Amino acid sequence: MSLLLAQVSSEQVTRVSADQISVRRHPSAAIAVVGNPNSGKSTLFNRLTGLRQKTGNYPGVTVEKHVGVVKLENAAFELIDLPGMFALSAHSLEERIACDVVMGRITDMERPVGIIAVVDTTHLYQGLYLVQQLMELELPLLVALTMTDAAEAGGIRIDIDALQRRLGGITVCPVVATTGQGMDALRAAIATLPDAAKPELPTFWEELQAASEELARDMPATVPRVEIERALIERNSDLAEEVTNYLGDDGAQRMEAIRQRIFGSVPPLANEARRRYAWVRDVLDEVQHSAPTITTWGSHLAAFMNRPVPGTIGLFVVMAVVFQAVFAWATPLMDAIETGTAFIGVLVASSLPDGAVSSFLSDGIIAGVGSVIVFLPQIMILFLFIIVLEDSGYLARAAYLMDRVMRSVGLSGQSIIPMVSSFACAVPGIMATRVIPNRRDRIATILAAPFMTCSARLPVYALLIAAFVPAQSVGLFNLQGIVLFGLYMLGIVTGLLTALMLRKTALHGPKPTFALMLPEFRRPNMQTVLIQLLGRAMIFLKRAGTVIFAVAVVVWALAYYPRSDDIAATLTQQQSLAAASLSDDALSEALSRFENEAAAAQLEQSWLGRAGKVVEPAFKPLGWDWKISAAVIAGFPAREVIIAVLGTVYAVGGEADESTLAGRLQSASWPDGRAVFTLPMVIGLLIFYACCLQCAATLAVIRRETNSWRWPLFAWGYMTSLGYLGALLVYQLGTNS
Amino acid sequence: MTLASLERGRKYLIHNVNTSDPDIQRLMVLGLVEGAEVELASAAIGGDPMEFRMFGNAISLRREQALQFDVTTAGAGE
Repeated sequence: MSLLLAQVSSEQVTRVSADQISVRRHPSAAIAVVGNPNSGKSTLFNRLTGLRQKTGNYPGVTVEKHVGVVKLENAAFELIDLPGMFALSAHSLEERIACDVVMGRITDMERPVGIIAVVDTTHLYQGLYLVQQLMELELPLLVALTMTDAAEAGGIRIDIDALQRRLGGITVCPVVATTGQGMDALRAAIATLPDAAKPELPTFWEELQAASEELARDMPATVPRVEIERALIERNSDLAEEVTNYLGDDGAQRMEAIRQRIFGSVPPLANEARRRYAWVRDVLDEVQHSAPTITTWGSHLAAFMNRPVPGTIGLFVVMAVVFQAVFAWATPLMDAIETGTAFIGVLVASSLPDGAVSSFLSDGIIAGVGSVIVFLPQIMILFLFIIVLEDSGYLARAAYLMDRVMRSVGLSGQSIIPMVSSFACAVPGIMATRVIPNRRDRIATILAAPFMTCSARLPVYALLIAAFVPAQSVGLFNLQGIVLFGLYMLGIVTGLLTALMLRKTALHGPKPTFALMLPEFRRPNMQTVLIQLLGRAMIFLKRAGTVIFAVAVVVWALAYYPRSDDIAATLTQQQSLAAASLSDDALSEALSRFENEAAAAQLEQSWLGRAGKVVEPAFKPLGWDWKISAAVIAGFPAREVIIAVLGTVYAVGGEADESTLAGRLQSASWPDGRAVFTLPMVIGLLIFYACCLQCAATLAVIRRETNSWRWPLFAWGYMTSLGYLGALLVYQLGTNS
Repeated sequence: MTLASLERGRKYLIHNVNTSDPDIQRLMVLGLVEGAEVELASAAIGGDPMEFRMFGNAISLRREQALQFDVTTAGAGE
């Protein structure tokens, strides 16, 4: 039978009630969905589960766990969408997790009762390599052959019967996940999967298979043969250690003797790859007809975009569009959110009596929530682009094209996406470093990412530049624009130099290799894109949102307490005096001035104001007075807070717009009458902001992703010192020369 | 000759791999083994990294890694 697909109506999406899901969440009914990256695995998973899925984490690691429920006619199973993998010899953390799940080696997680192997018909070569290894797991297995439409269009014909025979009699279901073709047959196969016979093992290496058989006799029956085989091949793995321990005292010698006998001096992994691919080629010869020379619109586009110059120009155009989208499209939404939260804050404050409760609700809680959701438009647009680019296969191309540049600072092309994402926010940027398999490479990228000018730095830059950099033109450009551009460049250059420095010192090691599978261009599937977008947005809200919110509340408390009754009494007195002598506009103007002055006085004697005064000597060499010091301290957990604090401390109100605040900053002076905000001091302050790691959410995510406090602490200390020294240098040189 | 010096539009057969480097072993797991048919698809600016095709899959490698694979034109279709 050649690849002829029955026309099937697209599946009916049936909803399962919540209690059904919880019943079926019983771990004994879990089926793992395994496949190469870009094999269409997630699209298929989404097809099968619809919105009945949830995202969590594997215990102890940052790898995300996608679980869903597939509802069949007479049964429902939990499906686990495992990270994409090429082989059981795991290379990255995600591959390691996928292997551990199918081997049943994850704590608190039962071994799946069956496996759906997702294989891209146009990439059978690598797909069958994995399938052959999966067959050795001795679990019920079925193969979902995806992208059969693309294969047919490319003239590839697969003899399904022959393939089933070569795969030890397991069911092979051709499907087109994007249209739903073949899904009914697949669902029927899934329904009977747990009871299906285990595949008959192909012989790919008699000596190795015999040796593991022999060792298995001396071990508890619970140790699967595949684990022994892997232990023999991967000498330095945890698995090898465990298996060796089962064998008792002479275990290590026995294993070594077998390795010597079977592998000789050739690295076992190389040997394994040779053997298995020889089998794969043999199978392909039998089941695949016509050469896989696929020319689709995707491959034509790929051919064009792969030419060095058009490809590189294309990459810059794509990046420019992403930037434009993240900054321009998000602005109206962000403005609306800011106005909305300010409005709600005022509404709440005015409907409650003045005091701690009212201030806590409006300036603490509501402003805190606002400061989280104000980032969502940019983050969602960024995620949308990244997911679409990823699903269409372009991200891998970008990494490929940028490899040369990134290599000059000791990184690889795979660092480019985290870096670009960090221009919106370092949190998703750092989370995106997971694709980098080399640990040193990954940490260097994580430490470089926070230098990229994130969207929280932008309001601070905008305020200071608008207030203190003259809007004169320099040639074709505006000086303000040049300074802003300079700050972006400063971030990029410092970040890259940081990565370079780390790769030369603490993270010194062999040059990272760069081997990347480049997927075909294909149209992204909207369902997959939306599900991923929602998932990532939820993760952002959970990871960053909670930290940002907590920080907003803490900063509020520091700026609010302790309250001075004297200031409050003076304010009441002034208010009643004004009410008696003034009216209309003059009265309301006077009232708000008194309120703002009182707020400034309260802030001055709050914990935050006191802290500002305590650290003033440390920041005096930078030209900062206690007010700026207090604002900077408040900005350490979340840098964007500085504007609200400056607004309060300069008595223009917390919701001051930038022009009133700018005016007040321009007239700020030291007790002796000198202006505080001189150009060298402002440039220094900008440099401080460009370098400093003032973001608790970023620190938290570095801690999570590196799994230690060492790197976030180092990043914080390093970036703060760099910012301080930069500001010091500029201020001292600018003032004293 | 090695993978690093392929002519575009021709097919080659890998006939020997320098297996000592673990990263090269990983590339073998990805399918770059003796007997695999490969062709050069593209190169980034400066000719490095390069993109190869094998059995419909595209993989990109740096020049220094490509140097570890010996290829021959014998046995591969033109």
